[in-house]
Order: sequence, then C-alpha cells, then structure tokens
Amino acid sequence: MDLPIRSFRHQPFPAETLALRAQVRSFLAEALKDRTPLRRSDSWMGVDAAFSRELGRRGWVGMTLPKRYGGQDAGPWARYVVIEELLAAGAPVAAHWFADRQSGPLILRYGSDAQRERYLPGICRGELYFCIGMSEPNSGSDLASIRSKAVRDGDDWVLNGQKVWTTNAHHAHVMIGLFRTGEKTDDRHGGMSQFLIDLQSPGITVRPITDLAGGRHFNEVYFDNVRLPADALIGTEGQGWDQVTAELAFERSGPERFLSSIALLHTLIDAVGRWPDTVQAREIGRLVARLSGLRQMSLAVTAELAAGQNPAWAASCVKDLGAVFEQDLPEIAQAIFDEAPATGGGSDHAQVLAALMQMAPSFSLRGGTREILRGIIARGLGLR
Amino acid sequence: MRDIFASTLERLLGDLVTPALLRECETGTWPTALWSALEESGFAVAAAPEALGGAGAGWDDLYVVVRAAGKHALPLPLPEAVLANHLLARCGLEARNEALSIAARADIAMQGGLVSGRLLDVPWGRQAAGVLAIIEGVEPALVLLDPQQARVTAKQNVAGEPRDDLVFDGATPLASAPLPAGLSPECLWLGGAMLRSAQSAGALEAALAQSVQYATERVQFGKPIAAFQAIQHQLAVMAEQAGCAAVAAETAFVESMDGFSPFSIATAKVITAEAAGVVAGMSHAVHGAIGFTHEHALQHLTRRLWSWRSEFGNLGHWSQRLGQAVCAGGAAALWPAITSGHLELPPAEKAVA
Repeated sequence: MDLPIRSFRHQPFPAETLALRAQVRSFLAEALKDRTPLRRSDSWMGVDAAFSRELGRRGWVGMTLPKRYGGQDAGPWARYVVIEELLAAGAPVAAHWFADRQSGPLILRYGSDAQRERYLPGICRGELYFCIGMSEPNSGSDLASIRSKAVRDGDDWVLNGQKVWTTNAHHAHVMIGLFRTGEKTDDRHGGMSQFLIDLQSPGITVRPITDLAGGRHFNEVYFDNVRLPADALIGTEGQGWDQVTAELAFERSGPERFLSSIALLHTLIDAVGRWPDTVQAREIGRLVARLSGLRQMSLAVTAELAAGQNPAWAASCVKDLGAVFEQDLPEIAQAIFDEAPATGGGSDHAQVLAALMQMAPSFSLRGGTREILRGIIARGLGLR
Repeated sequence: MRDIFASTLERLLGDLVTPALLRECETGTWPTALWSALEESGFAVAAAPEALGGAGAGWDDLYVVVRAAGKHALPLPLPEAVLANHLLARCGLEARNEALSIAARADIAMQGGLVSGRLLDVPWGRQAAGVLAIIEGVEPALVLLDPQQARVTAKQNVAGEPRDDLVFDGATPLASAPLPAGLSPECLWLGGAMLRSAQSAGALEAALAQSVQYATERVQFGKPIAAFQAIQHQLAVMAEQAGCAAVAAETAFVESMDGFSPFSIATAKVITAEAAGVVAGMSHAVHGAIGFTHEHALQHLTRRLWSWRSEFGNLGHWSQRLGQAVCAGGAAALWPAITSGHLELPPAEKAVA
C-alpha cells in the first residue's frame, strides 16, 4: 500500500529565488526597523494600507497572477519566498492577505473575464482587500449546513442571512461568500454557490466581535435583502462546495500555519540569552527542529500546488501539526523562562508571550478545526 | 538512480526479510543468504565513486536505500556499510563490498601502526568484516579495524540488534588514512545520526501502514475499528508524525551532499526521535493486545524505533546542541539559519564516558 505520506518529499528552492529572498529581506529590514516585537507578533492580523500598497508597488502581491491583470506570472516558489519572509519578519500583511492567498487565485480560476479585470488589478496593487464568508452561527465545522440564501429576482440576486467569525470584514472591500442557491437534496454538498459581494452594498451590516484578549479581528456580517447584479455569482451555480474545497487547500497550506507565532520564539531566544541552561537549550532546540520540519512539509505541499495537484490532504497535515506547534510554543516559553506574561507594559518577551498565549486557542479553530482536519487526514488514509 | 534503488531494494527486502528470519536473527544468527543477496546488489559500495569500486551515488539517492532498510527492519548493517564506504572513499581508500560497520564512540590511539583502545556500541561488531573508527587528536585519522582481532563484549539494543563493545590491543588496521580537511572528526556521529533518522522514517511509515491496515480489518462493535473517530484521529496524528519525519530525514540526506549538514541532521534526529515515541505508542494502542505479542510483526518496527531514537545521540543530545547554537546566534540569526539550512553546532560532550 502506498500511503499519501509519500508526498512529503524534500523540495529544493529553485536557485532563481535566492536573489528575490535577499531583496525582500533587505526591504523588510529597512521598512520594519522601528516595529516592536509586540506588533510583529500580530503579523498576519496586522493591517497597514500603506505597507500593503508598497508591497503591491514592488510586485509582491498577487504575484502568481498573470501580467495582464497586474500580476507577475510568478511561480508558487517566488510567492512562497515573499510570504515566508513577510511572516518571519512580522510584517503587517493582514489587509491584503486573503486576497493574495485565496481570493485572487479563486477569481482567476473560476471568474469570468469581466470579473478578473474588475478585481485582480486592485488585488495586485495591494489596494483591494477581501474577506471570506463561510461560517454561520449554526454552521461552523458543519459548513454544508449553511442557511444564508441567495435567491434570483429577475436578473439580480437577493441575499439574506448572516455570516460570522469573518476575519477583516471591517477592513475588506469585497467578501467572497458561500450562499445556498438551491434546496437541500440528498447531496448535502449541492445547492451552494459563491458570490463576490461589495461590502458597501445596501443591506449589509458589519459588527465587530471582540476576542478574549480584546482584539478586533473578526466580525458578524448581516445580509438584509442585499441586491446584487447577476455577475456577482462566481464560478458555477451549485458548485460552491467544490470551489470552497479547492480554496481551502490554499487556505490551509501556507506558512502562516506555523510561522504566525515566530515573534515569540524570537523574544524567547533573546530573553534566554547566549548561555541557555540545559532545559532551555533542549526546549528551544526542539522548537527550532519542529519549525524547520514543518517548513519542509509546507514546501512539499507547495510543490504539489506547483504541479497542479490538489494537496488538500498534505495541507491538512501541515495545518494540524502547525497548530499543535504554535500552541505548544507559549506553553514551553512560559515554562522554561521565568517571566510572567504582561500586557500594557513590561519586557518585549512578556508582552509577546501574553499576546500569543491568548491567541493560541484560535490556532486549532481558524481555517478548520483540529477535528475536521484529522477527519480529512483519516479519509486520505482510507479509513472513512 | 533513486527510483531504481528504491524499487530494487524494496523488492529484495520484501521477499527476504520475513518475520521468521527477523526472529531468528534476534538469537544472534547472521543471515548469510540475505547478506549475499545484498552484496550482489552492490548497495553497500554505492556511495563510493566508480574509480574506487562504487557507483558514485549521492546521499539524495541513498536516502531511499537507508529508508527501505528501516521500513523492512533489515537485521544487517547495510546502512552502516553504506556510510563506511562513503567515508573510505572520502579518504581515498578503496570501497569494500562487505558487512562493514562503524564505531562513533571510540577511545583509540595508534602507535607504530598498531591500534589500541576500545570501541563502544558497534552495530554487529562481533560479525562485521571491518569496523570504521576515527582516531582523534591533532592529526585525526580514519582506521578500519578487524573485529577478529578484538576482545568482544556482546550486547544488544532493545530490538535485539548487536551493539557490541570491542577492545583492541595492538591491532593492525585493515586500512587507514588521515582524515582529509573538510571531513569533521564527528563524521561518524553525524553520519550515524543521519542513518538512524532515515531508518526511523522507514519504520514509521511501515508502522503506520500496518496500523491503517489493521484498523480497517479488525471488527469490534459490528464495524471496523477504523470507523471510530478516536482511532481515526490517532492514525491521523501518526501520519503527520511519519510525514514530518520522512521529509526531515530526506532533507538531512540532501543537505549533506557536499558534507554532513549538522543543522539538518540535528533537526532530523530530533523530529524522528520524537515521532518514534508517538508512533510506536499509538500503533500499539491501535493494534491492541495482538500487537504486543512476539509473534506479531509490529514489534520488529516499534522495538527498532525505541532503539534507533537513542543511538548516535538522542533527542536531548541533538536538541541541546541545536538550542545552544541558536541561542549563541541570537534571534536575528534564527530565520537565516532555517532558510539556509546552515548552522554550526557546538561540539558534543565527550562521547566516551
């Protein structure tokens, strides 16, 4: 029996990405030189419009998209270099992150020419932000049970319902939302479609949800007879589930699934200093090894994406193992270095520890819960 | 080359390394026919260049050879022989298509061309045709010693694989050469750790495969136990661990093409050692009592995982050196080290007690 773990093969970076990495690294060293560790720890939740625009100007947003839409026709390796350097440096990338990661590729794949021309250039300029409307109050892990509806009315679509946990809806210009367009049938994955929704449309209300640490990243989004033109539908009516599944492979495979807490590893190393005791050295060494192993796994997933395969299985492995790593990190950090987490003051390490310790529960929720991911992995092993 | 290596060796080992043979080897028997088959295949000398009697294979190709040895619980020092011939060739010495072994823990000295001292934990030391060791000092040298000339203290690892101590008193080496510049006196320790990582990756894959198969066949409460979420999630975790171990071990081999890469090897050893504990434990949990029997094939894998994770430096050894190196460089040096795969490790504490 050939197990799917054979897809985890070593992938060397193409040599031509070396120069790009050096370029990105030196840009970030200058651009972020005054950014505090605490703000770096908020990397892919940090919104900075000017920074996103500057990345766009440099061709580092939507770079895998075709040149005629403002992209660079770059391969996935070039993009990987850029995003992992951004994350490792703790750059504020949240504004354009979702557009770059999944909305742009989705529009390129499923969108009409008109939709591509309308949205992709703005994405590549780092100016047009997207959010993803999937979860609903009664549909979390069981996404196929969504009830928000889109109904045809003449040439228009009329949307009603509610999305929740929508990250960055308060900053985004456009939501790609999953709505029910047909009745539930025996095929529980049928009857759903995706829409490009201008968040300025009348009838949309965005309300923030404050997280346990007081952060404002996610929202509730209400749809009250929101009228959209016919061309707001993206892809094929009724094929929303398949489109979302393909999109989730992008969402789950990226290095943000194990690099989003690297600021804490950085402050821990500097807090411990040059002469760690045995326990500190061992735990830090173990964390570094795990981080490096996760990165190798993630590169293997990128190779599958580059080869045009759907790496949903391998991506689920990376995301789940990455979440375990990122949840262990604050636990280990607080155990091996005797400094209490602090907010509103204190050392860099104490503040970053406080921030990421409180964010940690979300790591095995966002983008698919641990249980959902392990279910996907089990299916790939032929168990269900 | 890699694909041919993999398919050839997988077929050979799949045919010849049977549970019965494994049980017999545990009593100390040397499987002569199996070694003859391996000798004929030429894998032991593959790492040496053609001019020195090998096939010029690189570590990227040899990864699959060592992984296959682990996957099939091969009860012979083929991985050791591959490394020994690689090192002989690096020192300009002729490759030997024999059951060579290595001694990474050595306290030996040479005087007037004769070697005295002891080698510890030598895989198949009592049966090997030669054991490679390093004489440390200002002019480190590589020596190939003949176990026939040694006083042997036999002992085994948890899996029953010979790990013998050898004492030499004025032995004439089978071959010797000064260690060339660019080859660290730690090369046997690094190389050994690299081998065990790949063997573990293979055994992890095999333990996962056996567990998946068992879970789909074993019926309880009227359905295969694979239908239970608790079982599914354990197997999912095992797959993640085995996948991470495989890519980390392969990376260590590829990054060592131009000389052993301490950072990649330490990473691989830490990851595979951690995965060994998780996967061995969970595979037994999935198998229930039947997997706990000597009769069942699972134990040939799990007992090796429990052994190999501790050989050539355990999780603590490698994570400590890695952590010391990372802290010495400070946070700013971490990411460049991860992306380049290059980081010098501090020396190990003296390996011979």
